[in-house]
Amino acid sequence: MEHKRLTLFAGHYGSGKTNIAVNYALLLAKEGKDVVIADLDIVNPYFRTKDSAAVLEAAGVKLISPQFANTNVDLPALPAEAYRLVQDKSIYGIMDIGGDDRGAYALGRYVPTLKEENNYRMVFVANASRPLTRTPEEALEVMREIEGACGLEFTDIINNTNLASETTPETVLASQDYIAKLSRLSGLPVFATSAETGVAAQLEGKLSDILPLQLQEKYFDLPSQKPGNRPLWG
Amino acid sequence: MAERVLMKGNEAIAEAAIRAGCRHYFGYPITPQTEIAAYMAKKMPKIGGVFLQAESEVASINMVYGAAATGCRVMTSSSSPGISLKAEGLSYIAGSDIPALVVNVQRGGPGLGGIQPSQSDYFQATKGGGHGDYRMIVLAPASVQEMASLTIKGFNLADKYLMTSMILADGTIGQMMEPISFEDAEIEVYEKPWALTGTEGKRKHNVVNSLYLQPDKLEAKNFERFERYKIVEENEPMWEEYMMEDAEYCVVAFGIASRVAKNAVVAARAEGIKVGLIRPITLWPFPTKALRAAADQVKSFISVELSMGQMIEDVKLATECKKPVTLCNRAGGMIPSPDQVLESIRNAAKGE
Repeated sequence: MEHKRLTLFAGHYGSGKTNIAVNYALLLAKEGKDVVIADLDIVNPYFRTKDSAAVLEAAGVKLISPQFANTNVDLPALPAEAYRLVQDKSIYGIMDIGGDDRGAYALGRYVPTLKEENNYRMVFVANASRPLTRTPEEALEVMREIEGACGLEFTDIINNTNLASETTPETVLASQDYIAKLSRLSGLPVFATSAETGVAAQLEGKLSDILPLQLQEKYFDLPSQKPGNRPLWG
Repeated sequence: MAERVLMKGNEAIAEAAIRAGCRHYFGYPITPQTEIAAYMAKKMPKIGGVFLQAESEVASINMVYGAAATGCRVMTSSSSPGISLKAEGLSYIAGSDIPALVVNVQRGGPGLGGIQPSQSDYFQATKGGGHGDYRMIVLAPASVQEMASLTIKGFNLADKYLMTSMILADGTIGQMMEPISFEDAEIEVYEKPWALTGTEGKRKHNVVNSLYLQPDKLEAKNFERFERYKIVEENEPMWEEYMMEDAEYCVVAFGIASRVAKNAVVAARAEGIKVGLIRPITLWPFPTKALRAAADQVKSFISVELSMGQMIEDVKLATECKKPVTLCNRAGGMIPSPDQVLESIRNAAKGE
């Protein structure tokens, strides 16, 4: 996997942008890079990058998060510090963009600087299991809405097709046609396929460029949904 | 295997409503239920339905009242402060005996409160909220799958009993994502001879109204309505029992609290404490019989709630205070940890 100085993750809400952004940041940090991740989500009130603050800190990844994330202040304000990502060329920057076109508006202000430096990857996160992007055509529509809102075109696609705790290697493999068609329709390459660590291990050798995702346990996971208790798949 | 999709709780409600035949949605945005409106805004125009963002919650509930009077399946959704604003309309709809579906994705209160999850509208949902003698069927989902299936059930029950069904969810279940399917959904269809559909000069006109000029007529209507409520209380309570067979202690929790509590029950069982859980799925009608039966079996109850203790009153009523009931709670948008619930179970086992 070749890395650009800046990597932006955008897509339909609930497609898995935050999990991917956090795990990609950890991957870069593991490779010894100086990494800063910015949470630019101005839409979502729950389940944010900030939930992974401890993991990111332990890996030496700097987290820039809206001042009011995870509080009761439902305010779409971004921290001034986020400009560091586009201005400080000594770091690797990762941007976690809010869902859909509404979330992508926030990116607009960084776009002129991004384009000037021209060392970025704008990644569309695709999940074929999400009801409003069930077809490649619907995903393409969301893609165009996001591009229209932020003024930046996508450069890559990441396939994050999953059914949360029910994901099997077959879930991911069955989405290959969908992703191939989305790639053909948009003219964009598939940069990677992401999957939860256990599933990712079973995909080795079947797919190239796999990004394994370490997912956070949640307080509301049922006993049957805990990673150790999940059924073992083929 | 049924086709699985990955959905947010709020989206699951919206999609389920559409599948149940709802083509009229009236709402006003509020966190943390906005995805319901967003989903409806995207889908309704494509299927010939109506998505309308009203100028306020008060307007939207009265639009629901109007549409419901025509006999179509109609819904609105909001979160705690927005439901307070709708309370007058809820009372009018109940007083007119027409079906509607209302969703409350609860957040911390009182007042403007916060945007984090809560269960502190239990009283409002189960004891009234609006004025007058009335009940709503209150359904409490504990998973994204139940957000969908109880929405469909809610429409069915509303039509069957001419009542409002309320989905009482919370911010976390609204926002969390799980894989679900819709294929087992049973859509019931009821005749609606009372509906305002236009007489075409062929029949006597129907009247939908909650105003009665004679007090004896109003009283009779109230008695008649409560006879119907009695049937609902007899036929419709839903609950889940978890590890109750040999339980000596019983955790009572609904919605998101029940998921945390289940983990605590498993952990307590590993320590040798015989504890089980009863999860009310209908909060009204409350599963009184299940609780009353458990009172003869267990030594004590623990009510786990995201409030200052509201359902605990119904637990005490249902069990006729035969056994002690303690409260394990967080409030204001905070959620009890499995460890906090486990500690409450340990204390119960010590007889504290």
